[in-house]
Amino acid sequence: MSEFLKRTVAACAVSAAMAVPAYAELTGDLSIFLDTSNPAPRATMEGMIARFQEQHPDLNVETTVIDREAYKTQIRNFLTANAPDVATWYAANRMRPYVEAGLFEDVSDLWAEPAIADNLGSTKGAMTIDGKQWGVPYTYYQWGVYYRKDIFDELGLSEPANWAEEKANCEKIVASGRACYTIGTKFLWTAGGWFDYLNMRTNGFDFHMQLLTGQASWESDEVKATFANWRELIDMGGFIDNHQTYSWQEALPFMVKGEAAAYLMGNFAVAPLRDAGLTDDQLDFYQFPAITEGVAMAEDAPTDTFHIPANAKNKEAAREFLRYVVSADNQTIINAGDGLGQLPVNANSSVDDDKFLNQGFEMLSSNSPGGVAQFFDRDAPAEMAKVAMEGFQEFMVKPDELDRILAKLERARGRIYK
Amino acid sequence: MADAVLTQTAEKESWFHRNQQAIAPWLFLAPGILFFAVYVIAPVFQSFNLSLYEWDGLGQAEYVGLRNYEDLYWEFVDRDAFYTSLKNNVIWLLMYLLAIPAGLFIALFLNQTVFGIRLYKSLFFFPFVISQVVVGLVFTWFYDPTFGLLNAMLGFFGLGPLNVMGNEHLVTYGIILAGLWPQTAYCMILYLTGLNAVDPEQIEAGRLDGAKGLRMLWYIILPQLRPATFIAFVVTIIGSLRSFDLISIMTGGGPFGSSRVLAYYMFEVALSEYGFRMGYGAAIAVVLFLIMMCFITYFLWSMYREERGR
Repeated sequence: MSEFLKRTVAACAVSAAMAVPAYAELTGDLSIFLDTSNPAPRATMEGMIARFQEQHPDLNVETTVIDREAYKTQIRNFLTANAPDVATWYAANRMRPYVEAGLFEDVSDLWAEPAIADNLGSTKGAMTIDGKQWGVPYTYYQWGVYYRKDIFDELGLSEPANWAEEKANCEKIVASGRACYTIGTKFLWTAGGWFDYLNMRTNGFDFHMQLLTGQASWESDEVKATFANWRELIDMGGFIDNHQTYSWQEALPFMVKGEAAAYLMGNFAVAPLRDAGLTDDQLDFYQFPAITEGVAMAEDAPTDTFHIPANAKNKEAAREFLRYVVSADNQTIINAGDGLGQLPVNANSSVDDDKFLNQGFEMLSSNSPGGVAQFFDRDAPAEMAKVAMEGFQEFMVKPDELDRILAKLERARGRIYK
Repeated sequence: MADAVLTQTAEKESWFHRNQQAIAPWLFLAPGILFFAVYVIAPVFQSFNLSLYEWDGLGQAEYVGLRNYEDLYWEFVDRDAFYTSLKNNVIWLLMYLLAIPAGLFIALFLNQTVFGIRLYKSLFFFPFVISQVVVGLVFTWFYDPTFGLLNAMLGFFGLGPLNVMGNEHLVTYGIILAGLWPQTAYCMILYLTGLNAVDPEQIEAGRLDGAKGLRMLWYIILPQLRPATFIAFVVTIIGSLRSFDLISIMTGGGPFGSSRVLAYYMFEVALSEYGFRMGYGAAIAVVLFLIMMCFITYFLWSMYREERGR
């Protein structure tokens, strides 16, 4: 009798904690591969797994943390040869090769459950390929312009709302002997962020997606208009010199020292900027300004995800883990400022009280009607992303070569999308 | 009785015993041959085979015949990535050879007996001991356009600023210079050991005949250093063709792909974060292999000829 009572109480506690139907006790092994190798994310994820373990004491959870960069190449091996039960990855096109090779498990059944269907709708599109869902999101973060408020105040500037104001601001910043934007394009993807925003603001989200999925031409007038806008900033000296030599981290000091006024970046840039000594009074955020009137604002918000490999052994436990990962409480905890410091995907989670997280949440939930993109190298096929971002870097150094660069991208489009 | 015993032992002598002399060398070679075949020869043919397919490393491989090579050809004609890589490989090959005269010069300079010469020698040898990754990082900081030592030095003479790693015309030379630093040290060591073996009587004889300076070097010293020169050539040429780590550390192939060489391009296409074209990477590897094969064949042939000459 007491045994039965204990079990009922435990089951109730579990179901209350997760707000999903509690299953029979989970047993066996659950191996989890993580790419969150930086110290803070690593501790956060390990804490999350420990809480999950507490709920399922009979389950033997094994966690393997792999260096974030190495993970990107290793995933190809371990998904085929020695698959874990749960693995981290990225949403949208980045998961397509594995979905098409049949290496990710279809988890549409999870997405049919009300706890997920009702609360995670915003990212459903990014998790869907061929009408099915292939994983669940655990965090995302906003992109936008992080700027030095003290420099803006000194020059009497305010946050720009449209392209004309943006250019007027930039002219004043350049006249004061600074660059408007710092950027480091050595590893190319930072230039991809600029293209994302310029193209989404000039031509809208839908055209942007057509371009990245190979349905629109790189030599079209729309794309040329995007580059013409980009060139206006380049020609007025808006970007720091020699950006092709720097990584995104190496470009930070220019902003810290006040040689550049702003940085178009993901929210992860805030932590190193604060570490470098900038206070929240000096640092602020604004949404990338509108360019073409009437084009709905769309944002980049890269989503990080959990998947079940098709070759996983303990899929029942893996599904339970995914349910736990997306639960509102858990997402509140792991995305807090002392954890990942990013935005929770679950609509019922609360956002940590952080200046930038609040602004980002506000922007993504109410001021991004056009749609939410993942990021250039996650939305476009890997091969196209590589060629295109190399083209962006070259354009930023040699804007006169635009026609040759676009012809090259168009040739690549003909080869890659078949 | 005795007869019987004799014939018996003669019969007992097994096949192995009779052919021991012939078999023994092969037995000793067997482990080496086995590993060489499994880890070198077999992959070479595998690469040849793979280069005829289109394969993303995950799904089904699709046979495409020579299309990968055709694509490479068009990349060459269009002066695209493959052309840049090939051109850079040639530049690497030629520039890297500077390590040989530079190493010889330093070796001649250090080949004397003064106080502390061992320390000087080890200081010159130092860059060869440290990892290529460290060499790459040191030179990246040296070239840094804003904070680097190079521009500070150029500024002192009223020149610059120069962004070596960001300029598509300079970047390859900048990386080669970084590569020459350890390579020169290597050649220097080869020549230093070679100089130890130079026959003093011949120098004496040359001196009596009135040879000195460059004539002495050219007609008496250098011919005796031939074995060292040969090895220096081999390691330098092979080293230049496999240049990869420095490029990966210093530029990642950039800016906009202008510092790629074949080895790096192959890695990028097949194995890097954005690479999924195993067949295409294999085709590049085959081209690189054929280029290397020319040199290797030449070296093997000249070594063979030398052995024969003796």
